[in-house]
Amino acid sequence: MTTQDLTQFCTEVRKDIINMTANAGSGHPGGSLSAVELVACTFCTQMRVDPKNPHDPKRDRFVLSKGHAAPCYYGVLAELGFFSKDEFANFRQLHSILQGHPDAKKVPGIDASTGSLGQGLSIAVGMALGAKAQGLDTRVYCLCGDGECQEGQIWEALMSAAHYQLDNLTVLIDNNGLQIDGANGEVMSLGDLPSKLRAFGAQTLEVADGNDIEQVLAALNAPSQPGKPKCILAHTVKGKGVSFMENQVGWHGKAPSAEQRAQALAELGG
Amino acid sequence: MAEKIATREAYGKALVELGGQNEQVVVLDADLAGATMTKYFKEAYPQRFFDMGIAECNMVAAAAGLSTMGLIPFCSTFAMFGAGRAYEQVRNSIAYPKFNVKLCMSHAGVSVGEDGGSHQCVEDLALMRVIPGMTVIVPADANEARKAVFALAEMQGPAYLRLARLASPVLEEQPFTIGKANVLREGTDVAVFACGLMVSEALEAAETLAAQGVSAAVINVHTIKPIDAECLTRYARQCGRVVTVEEHSVIGGLGDAVASVLMGQVDCRFMKLGVQDQFGQSGKAMDVLEEYRLTAPQIAEDIRKIL
Repeated sequence: MTTQDLTQFCTEVRKDIINMTANAGSGHPGGSLSAVELVACTFCTQMRVDPKNPHDPKRDRFVLSKGHAAPCYYGVLAELGFFSKDEFANFRQLHSILQGHPDAKKVPGIDASTGSLGQGLSIAVGMALGAKAQGLDTRVYCLCGDGECQEGQIWEALMSAAHYQLDNLTVLIDNNGLQIDGANGEVMSLGDLPSKLRAFGAQTLEVADGNDIEQVLAALNAPSQPGKPKCILAHTVKGKGVSFMENQVGWHGKAPSAEQRAQALAELGG
Repeated sequence: MAEKIATREAYGKALVELGGQNEQVVVLDADLAGATMTKYFKEAYPQRFFDMGIAECNMVAAAAGLSTMGLIPFCSTFAMFGAGRAYEQVRNSIAYPKFNVKLCMSHAGVSVGEDGGSHQCVEDLALMRVIPGMTVIVPADANEARKAVFALAEMQGPAYLRLARLASPVLEEQPFTIGKANVLREGTDVAVFACGLMVSEALEAAETLAAQGVSAAVINVHTIKPIDAECLTRYARQCGRVVTVEEHSVIGGLGDAVASVLMGQVDCRFMKLGVQDQFGQSGKAMDVLEEYRLTAPQIAEDIRKIL
């Protein structure tokens, strides 16, 4: 995929996010929009997955540890053909495969059920450990939120990833700076995150603009340090791509109205 | 006097045996391999053993991840930490997606002894039983612990195995099928449903009662979930009096599981023996069991109360 293709892909995913949350009348648009480039670039340029064979044992794995960004994840998977975009209409509805948070039992392409923050990275550690134990060259990708890093389990997981030298694991952190109750620094300061990640033994790369495809690709393509998990701390904009949602904490878990949906889609090019 | 072996000891040995037959078996522990007895597996198959350090929540969720790679993780620590501290990880990372993880937790119940109430988990059966789709097993002795390990590897899906620290009598060998209770002694006056270490105590109590002219049936309910409703109902009808005995809180464990089956189905007198809504405490294991009235003579005495 060229950068232009990826740009188009990301725009489609953003529209999917707006449509899904507007249809459902609930959901998490802010943190879905901030993560689009991280998830799209990972799936489209790094991962060996086949939408027609979603359970291929040799596939690479992805864990959405910040499970509330499900609309972004569903958008990427559907755009790649894991399931029909018709499912979007059922997001968060009774009997839908598209639950409010990802359910591995229901959705082709989803390898872990997440949503309770802090647990997905541990699951990814288990996957990476399992791949190494079996001599598989599987790569594991895990997207965490910045607020999620307030969970102690994230640091337990990083400690174990470094201990077991899981250089087949890439951790992406969607650092949009906001969480439900406000800015990270107001709710619970994360301190010097890059230093903490390094201190826990991760190869740490910072991306100044995590909504810039070239920058995200550069970090994903940067050579891995043998014996270390790779951690990409990406500074992003919550609500990216929709003017009235950008950097607005109120759009963490609120759906757009019909009017807001129309405006958002217009901004995204229809 | 019967030979005594702790179920945790039998578990550790069985894992090695299983590991030799099944390369998909991996074992995780949280710095307690020497106590949960996963140390035997660690020695035999170091490349398939993962010490996750003193970080139980991470261990449990990592086991979930390992299971998605086609492996069969057996995950061990103390019941207090595996079922207690990591409860939500068990619920959301393992059980919700129905992952094939075997949670085998040792040092359950008050027979932990000296370590005291902080380490004596009397709530694990209640916590695990309430999770949809979770299989819950409490082996009565070393033989049953071994058979349970093999049965867990055969079955698909999440399961909890409750193990004890204390060495306990090895009973006459019985068949083991998940979900099928074993009748160890026939009787007509009272049906005693027991699990874990309380099975041998219940058998001894039945012996005492027999000498006093009371005919007590003793049923080993090794699987708390899915429970053998047919067997429970049959013996409750046959005897008209039911006593449950468990080394667990009387809230939410075996007693409540049996009560749920019998309620509205069988007209009988009913009594739950176990830890009566209390925490445990330090002491020699047998002294602690006595403090909570979980020894054979006390069980016999209490059973007489509903005759």
